[in-house]
Amino acid sequence: MSQYTVKNLEDKLKEQLQAQYVRAVDESDGCGGKFSVIVVSELFRGKPLLQKHRLVNKALAEELQQIHAFSQKTYTPEEWEKVQQEQ
Amino acid sequence: MNRIFQSLLRQTRVCSINNISNVSIAAAPLRLMLASRWYAADAAPPATVGKETLDKLVRTNKVVVFMKGNPEAPRCGFSNAVVQIMRMHGVQYDAHDVLQNEALRQGIKEYSDWPTIPQVFINGEFVGGCDILMQLHQSGDLIEELKKVGIVSDLLRAEQEQEKNEKK
Repeated sequence: MSQYTVKNLEDKLKEQLQAQYVRAVDESDGCGGKFSVIVVSELFRGKPLLQKHRLVNKALAEELQQIHAFSQKTYTPEEWEKVQQEQ
Repeated sequence: MNRIFQSLLRQTRVCSINNISNVSIAAAPLRLMLASRWYAADAAPPATVGKETLDKLVRTNKVVVFMKGNPEAPRCGFSNAVVQIMRMHGVQYDAHDVLQNEALRQGIKEYSDWPTIPQVFINGEFVGGCDILMQLHQSGDLIEELKKVGIVSDLLRAEQEQEKNEKK
């Protein structure tokens, strides 16, 4: 399906979005066509949801041409802390 | 994809209104007939679908969805999730099946600068894909977004009725 791995995506997101935390999950059973990611970055601060998601889409523009199913959650460090406390 | 449905179901259950799921399931068959105009294949799909065409297309209804398959038979879990959300809110919308028209599929991606399908437009404005719709739904913001364009969500209506009954 695609040559991408969890590590590819995590490295790229960390680098391009200066993410303090990234977790990518391959949900494709290894064929590389379906991923979900969580990205925590200062860059998201003050941005509406759509803009946060656009930043992630832009960082992974090349990869998303091949990955056919992609789901993302984007948080600022504070939002991420809250999410973790709730869990 | 099960994860998406599970989170949808979970959301319905934790909602403060207990009877929502019953209401929407009971109303579903009738609603299905009314809920959406959908477009399968155009007679002769053009090679490209340009900005002008799409400018018009996203404004043909207050809510317009570009998806894989149609609302009665979505052909992708993400598209299905959007259909289910719209159904819960009782929204009437236009649905376009991008699998029937490759030019539309490419055209809409470029138009909204968004790499994935489904895509949801409200009042001609791009709102987001499945993840964003799900979040808007779960936070309650979707009710507000719909209200802005004069659509009263079924979830809001049910909530108001419940409040009325409690006052009696």
